[in-house]
Amino acid sequence: MAKEIKRSDGRKADEFRPITAKVGVIPNADGSAMFAFGKTVAIAAVYGPRLLHPQHMQDPQKAILRCNYDLLSFSVADRKRPGPNRRAQEISKVTEWALSPVIDLKEFPSTVIDVQIYILQADAGTRTAGINAASMALAQAGIPMSDLVCSVAVGKNDKTLLVDLTKEEEDYEEGEGATDFAVAKPANSEAFSLLQMDGKISPSLIPEATALASEACKKIYEAQKAALKESVTSKNSGEKTK
Amino acid sequence: MKNEINEAHEAIEGISTDDSNSVNSESPERRPIVPGEIIVSGEDYLPGDGARREGEDIIANRFGIAEISGRVIKVIQISGAFIPRKGNVVIGRVSDITFSGWLADIDYAQNGFLPIDDSPRFINRNEMDQFLAIGDVVAAKIWSVKSKGIDLTLKGRGLGKLESGFIFRIIPSRVPRVIGREGSMITLVKEKTNCQITVGQNGWIWIRGEKTDDQIRARKAIEHIADQVMVSGLTEKMEEWFENN
Amino acid sequence: MSSMEVSNLTRETLKKMFSEGKRFDSRELNDFRDLTIEFDVSNKAEGSARVRLGQTEVVVGIKLGFGEPYPDSPDKGNLMVSGDFLPLASPRFEQGPPKYDAIELPRLVDRAIRESGMIDLPKLCITEGEKVWTVFIDVYPINDDGNLIDAACLAAVAALSKAKIPVLGSDGKIDFDKPAKDPLPLSEGIVPISLSFFKLGDSIFLDPTREEQEASEARITFGFSTWNGQLMSNSCQKYGDAVFTQEDVEKMMSLVPKKIEELDKKLKANL
Repeated sequence: MAKEIKRSDGRKADEFRPITAKVGVIPNADGSAMFAFGKTVAIAAVYGPRLLHPQHMQDPQKAILRCNYDLLSFSVADRKRPGPNRRAQEISKVTEWALSPVIDLKEFPSTVIDVQIYILQADAGTRTAGINAASMALAQAGIPMSDLVCSVAVGKNDKTLLVDLTKEEEDYEEGEGATDFAVAKPANSEAFSLLQMDGKISPSLIPEATALASEACKKIYEAQKAALKESVTSKNSGEKTK
Repeated sequence: MKNEINEAHEAIEGISTDDSNSVNSESPERRPIVPGEIIVSGEDYLPGDGARREGEDIIANRFGIAEISGRVIKVIQISGAFIPRKGNVVIGRVSDITFSGWLADIDYAQNGFLPIDDSPRFINRNEMDQFLAIGDVVAAKIWSVKSKGIDLTLKGRGLGKLESGFIFRIIPSRVPRVIGREGSMITLVKEKTNCQITVGQNGWIWIRGEKTDDQIRARKAIEHIADQVMVSGLTEKMEEWFENN
Repeated sequence: MSSMEVSNLTRETLKKMFSEGKRFDSRELNDFRDLTIEFDVSNKAEGSARVRLGQTEVVVGIKLGFGEPYPDSPDKGNLMVSGDFLPLASPRFEQGPPKYDAIELPRLVDRAIRESGMIDLPKLCITEGEKVWTVFIDVYPINDDGNLIDAACLAAVAALSKAKIPVLGSDGKIDFDKPAKDPLPLSEGIVPISLSFFKLGDSIFLDPTREEQEASEARITFGFSTWNGQLMSNSCQKYGDAVFTQEDVEKMMSLVPKKIEELDKKLKANL
């Protein structure tokens, strides 16, 4: 496995794009954050636990984690018409499953924890950026969590495994073409809460792909930690009392 | 000015008043911590509120300030939902009148309930809105917390329907800071601004002053205090703040 | 975060404060909060801007696409302003079909911009009667701390001012790989500005925080721009059930020239 290959932006195979992470970007929210992988920018806001209407949707045994992911219309080259779409609904659901293992939902029965994720600029890896942002937002909202969740997409161009594909790399067509594998996991456990893939990859290569993702997640956790801590120690915490 | 606020908070249990103002030479170690992060390692430590043990390590179960005080390790909440407890004073708004009492929105996933016989004099069912109408703001004490609901009472010093003044919200976890050790911080604010203030544990605060400028100043002071998460010696800093604002 | 509405108690206090000319953040009744404008919110948009007015934040993106002209204007491009009150921005915004405020905002922004003639629509005609450019202006509040309409209009105008036309490939389709370079055709010197006046009791005030806006009893939003060098109002819409008196109208109009000059200056300083 050639790790010395150079990608069009100069990165090594196992390098992700420069990360930007900031917490407290939406003062109205109980918790909020922004996370970017290179040019892919996601913002997330958490409201809750709060009352869930209508009552019949409440679960008397636990809180409902309700995730909503979507692209802003101008985040993509071909304008996305505002409104519900199936791709976004699927991503919303897998995002919920990616995040729920670290939250003890039983602590807040009959309530809802709303996680809103929007992509401002899309250059591949949007769902992974969204999960990283949502994770920080949930923490800032004071939701009891056993861990943060980290997410990254591992991919393949022909036979080479790559971490954090750009859109260009997602569109790669030569040889085996492109494979895109979105992975998420609690930062400190070796278990995956999101696994989503399409492309063409030999089964024997899959464990290597997930191991690569795991390794990348360690550094993502560091970035999330730093952003959360900075929101507390910086003078302009960005938090407001409203 | 009567220290109504302290009396109203007498029965509060388990509220950690802010002791970063403490002059205790053995002040506990504090630092920001994120979920999943190891706070300390060692078999002697005990996981307190917001922490858990995994093998050798004590690990954070939430985002907050890790506090290492003796053997017990806890994570102080700096954000998050208000958890109602018996004895808490809360500020709420009457949202509905039923045949048996008043429902109040206390900014929590469940409403508070004030039974009809809590009123100080006998109230006829059809006169209920003369005592408390929808939209009225009250300072109430939590009498009991059950899975079915939260019972409130208006019996107590400083409790009841709030007239004039205004209410605003801070993050509930910041309330201990605003109250201060044995009420020292809120007393300072009241003295410097000449305002009546009731602080609800649910993050809602009521202020009434005779002069508009005093009310504005009191709110600014409280919002400023609530914002200072990791600052120590806050009482002195606020004395200074009042000189300059 | 609370969705508790502003209480009558607070409303009464605000009423008294306004009658004394006072606000919680120490502003005058006619003062705007600090304004910042950033660009390039999205590199996939033909133009985009982010406006912060105090803690209110709105992002706007401009996208260009092909469309058929409207039958009554076969030689003009189209303008379409949409918006979504993302639940992200406020504990009061819910998922689901838009409530009135969310429907009204893009329409007010549309009117202010369209009626001013800022966009040179005839220059957006590609083939008369068949193919024109449609300018999509999409408005998204990110944090609602009051006065979304004025903030949204500022963001839309800022985004338009730097917007570019996409490059067409040889097949007549948009070539997204080539960076757009020609600026969107705009009429020179026309800068639409929205000014919303709010009323509580007898007091009229500008640029409210969310608390002040929720306490208000009525609002009237005007769109302004210049025509032949002269300040003109292009649109007006009242909201809410309280009334504005003749005196109110005179007072508001007397404030307009100074406020528009101020906002125009702040806008231009950021462009």
